[in-house]
Amino acid sequence: MTPHILTRSLDRAATTFILVVAALGVLIPLSNLLLPQGSLFQVPTYLVALWGKYVCYAILALSIDLIWGYCGILSLGHGAFFALGGYAMGMYLMRQIGSRGVYGNPILPDFMVFLNWDKLPWYWYGFDHFAFAALMVFLVPGLLAFCFGWLAFRSRVTGVYLSIITQAMTYALLLAFFRNDFGFGGNNGLTDFKDILGFNVQAEGTRAALFFLSCVALLIAFFICRAIVTSKLGKVLIAVRDAESRTRFLGYRVESYKLFVFTLSACMAGVAGALYVPQVGIINPSEFAPGNSIEAVIWVAVGGRGTLVGAALGAVVVNYAKTFFTSGPLAPYWLFMLGALFILVTLLLPKGIVGTYNSWRETRRSAAAAADEASAAREDGVAAPKMAE
Amino acid sequence: MPVMDTRATSAMLYLDGVHVSFDGFHAINNLSLALEPGEMRAIIGPNGAGKTTMMDIITGKTKPDEGTVLFDGTVDLTRLDETRIAELGIGRKFQKPTVFESQTVYDNLLLALNVDHSVKGTLFWRGSKAESERIDKVLETIRLTDARNRLAGSLSHGQKQWLEIGMLLAQDPKVLLVDEPVAGMTDVETHLTAELLKQINKNHTIMVVEHDMTFVRELGVKVTCLHEGTVLAEGTIDQVSSNERVVEVYLGR
Amino acid sequence: MFANCFVRLRAAFLSILLITCFALPALAGPFEDSVAKFANDEFSDTEEAIGEIAASGNQLAFPIISALQDGRLSADPETKKVFITQADSKIVDATTGAAVDKLPDNAATVRLNNRLRRTVEAALGGLTLMSPDPAKRLAAAQSVFKSHEESALPNVEAALAKETNKATRQAFAEARAAILLFKSDASDNDKLEAIAVIKARGDQEAMALLTSIGSDQPPLVAKAAAGAISSIQGNLAIWSGVQNAWYGLSLGSVLLLAAIGLAITFGVMGVINMAHGEMVMLGAYTTFVVQEVIRTRYPALFDYSLLIAVPLAFLVAGGIGVLIERSIIRFLYGRPLETLLATWGLSLVLQQAVRTAFGPTNREVGNPSWMSGAFELGQITITYNRLWILCFTMAVFAILLAMLRYSAIGLEMRAVTQNRRMAASMGIATSRVDALTFGLGSGIAGIAGVALSQIDNVSPNLGQSYIIDSFMVVVFGGVGNLWGTLVGAFTLGIANKFLEPVAGAVLGKIAILVLIILFIQKRPRGLFALKGRAVEA
Repeated sequence: MTPHILTRSLDRAATTFILVVAALGVLIPLSNLLLPQGSLFQVPTYLVALWGKYVCYAILALSIDLIWGYCGILSLGHGAFFALGGYAMGMYLMRQIGSRGVYGNPILPDFMVFLNWDKLPWYWYGFDHFAFAALMVFLVPGLLAFCFGWLAFRSRVTGVYLSIITQAMTYALLLAFFRNDFGFGGNNGLTDFKDILGFNVQAEGTRAALFFLSCVALLIAFFICRAIVTSKLGKVLIAVRDAESRTRFLGYRVESYKLFVFTLSACMAGVAGALYVPQVGIINPSEFAPGNSIEAVIWVAVGGRGTLVGAALGAVVVNYAKTFFTSGPLAPYWLFMLGALFILVTLLLPKGIVGTYNSWRETRRSAAAAADEASAAREDGVAAPKMAE
Repeated sequence: MPVMDTRATSAMLYLDGVHVSFDGFHAINNLSLALEPGEMRAIIGPNGAGKTTMMDIITGKTKPDEGTVLFDGTVDLTRLDETRIAELGIGRKFQKPTVFESQTVYDNLLLALNVDHSVKGTLFWRGSKAESERIDKVLETIRLTDARNRLAGSLSHGQKQWLEIGMLLAQDPKVLLVDEPVAGMTDVETHLTAELLKQINKNHTIMVVEHDMTFVRELGVKVTCLHEGTVLAEGTIDQVSSNERVVEVYLGR
Repeated sequence: MFANCFVRLRAAFLSILLITCFALPALAGPFEDSVAKFANDEFSDTEEAIGEIAASGNQLAFPIISALQDGRLSADPETKKVFITQADSKIVDATTGAAVDKLPDNAATVRLNNRLRRTVEAALGGLTLMSPDPAKRLAAAQSVFKSHEESALPNVEAALAKETNKATRQAFAEARAAILLFKSDASDNDKLEAIAVIKARGDQEAMALLTSIGSDQPPLVAKAAAGAISSIQGNLAIWSGVQNAWYGLSLGSVLLLAAIGLAITFGVMGVINMAHGEMVMLGAYTTFVVQEVIRTRYPALFDYSLLIAVPLAFLVAGGIGVLIERSIIRFLYGRPLETLLATWGLSLVLQQAVRTAFGPTNREVGNPSWMSGAFELGQITITYNRLWILCFTMAVFAILLAMLRYSAIGLEMRAVTQNRRMAASMGIATSRVDALTFGLGSGIAGIAGVALSQIDNVSPNLGQSYIIDSFMVVVFGGVGNLWGTLVGAFTLGIANKFLEPVAGAVLGKIAILVLIILFIQKRPRGLFALKGRAVEA
């Protein structure tokens, strides 16, 4: 009997994760909105936005863990998919400004008026409809990942080669989005948003709702990843990660598997970006910087790759540390710490926090089991069986 | 799929005039070989004779510069990739045992089963009783029933070799290519492996590459000796091992 | 307006006083008379004055007319005295050159109109045509060529007859041709000859001149001009190709320099070092420190600063490289993705360390005298620093190649990378070789930093701008093959520079990245891929 796809093998870490995210997703917005300002348990609005940002990062980390932790694809370009999703949402938000911009043009965003453009470029069509923008949030990163992956996986670009060309991809996009004539606001990006679906993006209620939705998205992403990695597909992915060539000789079309998870993962990253933009209020080309993508990888490494829960945890822990240190007197040392984190985690904690915890529990459990067995055997008056190897 | 209209040969596996060179080094040189259906063939030869490269060519990993490679007398293997060739029914065990170390013995066999290998098929896969029975049977054949829930990485070297043979069985191909199955095994394990292969040979065509002459003798099948990428001698183990040139290049005096 | 009149009246009164107080200049020769004409404030008089002064041969002629051109010539309408305000705002009398304390109150700037401006230019051209300095004569000839002012013809011809310097003679001949081409009463033959001379010059200006002659030319001349234009166009296209190729070679040499160390660490050892760019940066900062020490202590050695910096940069970057290999990378062999992450972290640390030590802004690294300046080659300009970097890169490449091939350590490096276990069993200390190989790759990156400090901003971010390009070069050229890296670097450099004029700098770069990504699909192992079973990891 195979349990249902959503519930099978929900271990303790996963259950805890789901409960914590669900609780935070409900309690933080409620406390922000219902409790009086300044009371002990009231979460201030700036914190809601900050934690909303972390939750979006956690979704991005999940998407990276799905391909890196389970399929061995180290993408150094996931920041690009995140940013593309963000830009799709940003374009919708820009169109919602309408004639409230500085130049008061009902159709053209300010930066286009500034550049003396007289009409909307064709690729901005449709972004005044939320549904269209929401579709593009999936479609644009997904399509890019599909095309890129189709080319790369088919010709068996693997390992560091793949990492490097994904980095080149995000670098090329960075250069492109910096250009004014590319039509996405150039250096300044998209900002000064007013409304989302008719609600003021700055309003407390909207921020609380966005936080709640981000938590919902995180849970959905988690369930999808979980369903994949616990299915037989997940076993194939691990097989590809550990012995790609062997998997091929078993008759699996490895490139199809990679393409599937890579595209799905890019869509997830896009959603994360789309939720991120209204909460931070800006999207600009620096999101494409190669450093951002590789930093997201280290979140996963810190939390523990191939554990899902660890990826999300790592994203929150590292970003919390970043906020903490960069806002204090230790700010000049943050890059030293981040750099050291990269080095120390790879050298000393290759399994990450959750992975290390899991294997520690594993050894403890098997030690306990051996002890139980031994004592049981002694009680039965039979010599304890010799342990294999 | 490149399929010919008529069977070119009765052989299960047919290589003719195959050449392959890497940067000027002729790894395979005018190699011709035919494996009849149901046959088991032992391939011997010194290091660098081209044994593994030959298997690479058959399984689609390496493309020959020229020559014919036919499967089942109709399918041109030189134009297919590894996945397609595996789907056709050619299984391979590697020289260095390659199992999925971080997964259990049971999952290794589950992955090898010749069922739907598409993305959709595996995503929505629900185990069936028939499948688990087949896996149980294979586990029994390769004597790993007790180790079914252990991680493959924790197995001994000989057990890994067997697990890999077991994966071939689960894959149930028409032709098995087995590269050095007894390397690093004890005498007892070697003997058991020979028995296992003979048993498998009852309904599969097998090509075994092996250095261990005792093992090859025990298999008691037709032997082909390769040297510098070409066939040096072919025949029974006694014929081959008494061949002047074979003694000179391989067995030593 | 009214106020102005009042000022003038008062000035007139004052000047009468002045005249009665001081004796008028005793000598009033023809030059002085000519100069005095400026004070009449009549365009026709001014024109006459220009002509006479230009013809006078007086040494003050040039300062006067150039002051006139720049609006620095003032005249007192009452005393008819004319003054030059020099560039250093000292004032001199135009007829004597004697210093004057201040301008008379009623002195006014001598006015010019457009027609007079051309006359002034021609006169200046004529005056400098006779200058004793050949460089000035050359410049004057060029200016006449551009203005092709008819009035300059006698001067040009006179100068041409006297000229002995070959280059200047040529310039005079071209100037004369330019004038004749536009002279309405020149014979067809003269014009045809002129076109031939201008065609031989063959640059952008020659073409501009030929295209501006107008359509009312005799058919023969028009045809010759059209022929000359198309010939010059062809010529220019070739030169612009040569120019692009040179820029491409130059960019290629920079890429090669940055990538060559990576070709050792990534290509030969298979270690992916994301901190490679920071090794380049350390080399650049070593150059900065060397120059600082030289500036403060031994300024005479400045021209040798780079020669001193090269070995030091090699030692600094190489030493840090060995340190990195021993402390981090050796624990990560066989785990390329982890190596990538750890070395990225390292690059952050190194950048921040340099930022803390030297500040976040660009530091000034100077060019030694032998690396500054440029020379002309046909229609293109070649700067010495780019040329030296190209030579330097080739030298580094050759030395590295020779070292790998012929030295004992090179042999050991190749042995270890090809078959580690075999090498170990033959008594090679593999871990020592690993450290040295990595040190070598890093040291070469450091050397690259010395060269790059001459053409790029020395800032903590210097390395980051090279890392992606360097990897592209190595991957494109084929991993494990130094020649592949060479070909890869120059191919990418030249392709980039030929794409730039078509697509613009940024789009060109994007196009190159996209092309490489597509290329890797076709040939995942690069241009010069190794083949065979040995490749399988």
